[in-house]
Amino acid sequence: MSTIFLLLILFLGFLITFQIAKASEYVGVLKGEKKNFEQNNRINGFLMIAFLVLGLIGVYWCNELYRGKILGESASKHGEEIDTMLYITIAITGVVFVITQVLLFWFAYKYQYSEKRKAYYFPHDNRLEIIWTVVPAIALTVLVGFGLFYWFRITGEAPKDALQIEVTGKQFGWIFRYPGSDNTFGKKYYKNIDDAKNNTLGLIWDDPYAHDDIVVNNEVYIIKDQAVKLIINSRDVVHDVGLVHFRQKMDAVPGTPTTLWFIPKYTTDEMKKKLGNPEFEYELSCDQMCGKGHYTMRAVVKVVTREEFILWRAKQKPNYAQVFPDKDPSNAPKIDTLPKNPATAGVQ
Amino acid sequence: MSNEATLHGHAATSHGAEVHHDEHGHHHKETFITKYVFSQDHKMIAKQFLITGMIWAILGGLMSVLFRLQLGYPDAHFPILEDLLGSKWAKGGQIQPEFYYALVTMHGTVLVFFVLTGGLSGTFANFLIPLQLGARDMASPFLNMLSYWFFWLASVVMLSSLFIETGPASGGWTSYPPLSALGDASEGSKTGMDLWIISMALFVVSSLLGGLNYISTILNLRTKGMSMTRMPLTIWALLFTAILGVLSFPVLLSGFILLLFDRHGGTSFYLSDIFIASTNKALPNEGGSAILYQHLFWFLGHPEVYIIILPAMGLVSEVMSVNARKPIFGYMAMVGSMFAIAILAFLVWAHHMFVTGLNPFLGSVFVLLTLLIAVPSAIKVFNWLTTLWKGNIRFTPAMLFAIGFVSMFISGGLTGIFLGNSTLDIQLHDTMFVIAHFHIVMGVSGILGMFAGIYHWYPKMYGRYMNNTLAYIHFWVTLIGAYLIFWPMHYEGLAGMPRRYLDTSGWLSFNQFGGLNRMISTVAMVVFAVQLLFVFNFFYSIFKGRKVITQNPWGATTLEWTAPIRPGHGNWPGEIPEVHRWAYDYAKDGRDFIPQTEPLGSNESAH
Repeated sequence: MSTIFLLLILFLGFLITFQIAKASEYVGVLKGEKKNFEQNNRINGFLMIAFLVLGLIGVYWCNELYRGKILGESASKHGEEIDTMLYITIAITGVVFVITQVLLFWFAYKYQYSEKRKAYYFPHDNRLEIIWTVVPAIALTVLVGFGLFYWFRITGEAPKDALQIEVTGKQFGWIFRYPGSDNTFGKKYYKNIDDAKNNTLGLIWDDPYAHDDIVVNNEVYIIKDQAVKLIINSRDVVHDVGLVHFRQKMDAVPGTPTTLWFIPKYTTDEMKKKLGNPEFEYELSCDQMCGKGHYTMRAVVKVVTREEFILWRAKQKPNYAQVFPDKDPSNAPKIDTLPKNPATAGVQ
Repeated sequence: MSNEATLHGHAATSHGAEVHHDEHGHHHKETFITKYVFSQDHKMIAKQFLITGMIWAILGGLMSVLFRLQLGYPDAHFPILEDLLGSKWAKGGQIQPEFYYALVTMHGTVLVFFVLTGGLSGTFANFLIPLQLGARDMASPFLNMLSYWFFWLASVVMLSSLFIETGPASGGWTSYPPLSALGDASEGSKTGMDLWIISMALFVVSSLLGGLNYISTILNLRTKGMSMTRMPLTIWALLFTAILGVLSFPVLLSGFILLLFDRHGGTSFYLSDIFIASTNKALPNEGGSAILYQHLFWFLGHPEVYIIILPAMGLVSEVMSVNARKPIFGYMAMVGSMFAIAILAFLVWAHHMFVTGLNPFLGSVFVLLTLLIAVPSAIKVFNWLTTLWKGNIRFTPAMLFAIGFVSMFISGGLTGIFLGNSTLDIQLHDTMFVIAHFHIVMGVSGILGMFAGIYHWYPKMYGRYMNNTLAYIHFWVTLIGAYLIFWPMHYEGLAGMPRRYLDTSGWLSFNQFGGLNRMISTVAMVVFAVQLLFVFNFFYSIFKGRKVITQNPWGATTLEWTAPIRPGHGNWPGEIPEVHRWAYDYAKDGRDFIPQTEPLGSNESAH
């Protein structure tokens, strides 16, 4: 009912606007075309300058309003460089933005039609044109220079001691794999994937390197101040690993692994204190359209200290041990006990 | 009645016989079908493109209103949606995720291709090329007619995809595989995707037929004296647009054909190592590259944004010069910068792919080439500003839209410098910042340029004026609304909020913009309503608008205003006009304007 009412109001609004517009056209004819034109021209000229002033105030106000809600301090060293680049770009483009918009609307206002004014025949001027070819070219060279300098640092080789984690996107969630104590990922083949048998990555069990690989879902632990290198895969369609606080992003492409690396600066707990927000978590979002659950494809990144990480990892059971509990060395002494986890009991 | 005179015979074989008669003719009888439906008159074809484009714009706009409802009010229920759309798409009055993605996909496809390519180039290339060059029609009027009808077929197929059970394509307007290749991965990748590909293939055919025609007409059918450097900038812009389209659309088509093979032929161009959880099956395809499609797509996809913006630039340059009563500043620089943009357009496609795992060195080359485009763009902006400087500006509705275009183009162009820089793209890629950027620089600018063109040439198209008051309301609400909608999205993007998220309530990092999203959605609805006002004004004025009584209502120099107020097929009743000067002799030698047809005075220097 309210919808029909709303549509009715809309229709009425249309009708009234239209009638006013029609009437104003008649009035214009009565007043004389020239007078009518001059009046309209003055009104629009005034609106030009009003739009400029209110617009610039609006932009300033918007900046103030959202200053605290965007970006925040970068939580990685790469992110600091990206932020620096961002501020350089904002400064340069900001100046250009204000100058050009002011000129545009100011000229429109100042040179609005007047019977007394004669337009100035000014078809070209080589000097001016050279100036505004060269100046933007220089400004852009600066931006390209800074940009590429940071770009190569960010996309360069990860340090050798980086913590390696494999990330695999699927519809709709994230799977993480740690290489285990041998520090080598076991081989995998996508045709071995079997969710029912708890082999979500298709690990090849014949490969001994795969036996200690730890596989976890939707939550990943990394270490503060230690470089982390993500090796990114996808199980089905293109996904994208987006790490907003670390200013990182990389597509997950089926069949073509990609990588990114960064150094986290603060643990999750430190961030909670810094922001005064006990709920805070680092989030990993999917940034590439991947189907109907795209907007829910979330994982949590826990940044912890080295000690906490070691403790956490010690508690994780390798995927192999979950699938074959009888071959799990930690299960060996207590053969008589029942499997603790009913989920793994079923898969045998 | 000489205004209503129509010339008989074909463009090329004109026998020059001037026959006075009414619009329906009697010499060779024009039926309703040949005049309004299967017309070969470039002016009628232009109107067909325009009106088809407008219908699509309304549909595409309506889709955006629907998904803005979801974004602004993710928890609200709108029972009317369930009544209208059924419980599959809008269960309980809430837009379902599949439907949301179908809406954004269709919105993008429709607006980019059907409105801002078909509707914009199709309309103004058809309408202006022969009229401004002094030609009686296109080089091949028949191919021109086919171009429209292929567009129409593409439209029908796309429209039909909205009504099938599994819904239209829903993988985004870019339709990246494997998502778009696998029906099991997404409902929209079933029949809807096939229809999408068929429709797009038909659209490519339409675009090629049109483009080849535009190019050959511009190169071959210029009237006597109309050298290339005397052409109005609109024609230059349309020429570069057509060349871009002819060279890049075939690449897109090849990408689609490979996609079709992957979908139905069991090939592995784009597919590799895929396990589908919904069917619990690993696919046999190995060795394909999903990234290959992105290269093929963006090889058109990037020139496509210039296919959209170049015609708008051309229209704006012309409108601005006429209404500032001044020559366009730096004509040769304008042509040169459009040429530079057209060349660079082919060399920057991979800046859409900085984070796909592209080789960082290759990425750096694309950064350089991308930011290079800012130079010709800056030249154009400064030239427009200088055109306004010391002018005598008439704020006709067309002029307002032209000024609005420049403002939008500046704002959107500057954010392009952020995204073209691969370092910043890491943070901004696929966020709302991108949405803000391309809507401002391509969507809104393109449509403002189109409005400038429509308001300016409406008197030539229909022999009547549109209502000015409605036009002013239309302009100011659109400009202010567009800034209110898209400016704040930059902040969401800087915060890293990904695009294509229909509900951010599950996130800690992106959920701080609830109030902002409501504001944007409300403004979007208002702006949409005002566009309906424009549509009403357009159709109402065709029949009831104030009649044009002078041949050259804007005091313009170009040839279309030397034709009769309501030109018949063939455009000029007598000889086609001869050109003696460039198109921008305004305020020269103390005269308000000098038409292109006027010979140079004895002591006058040519431009």
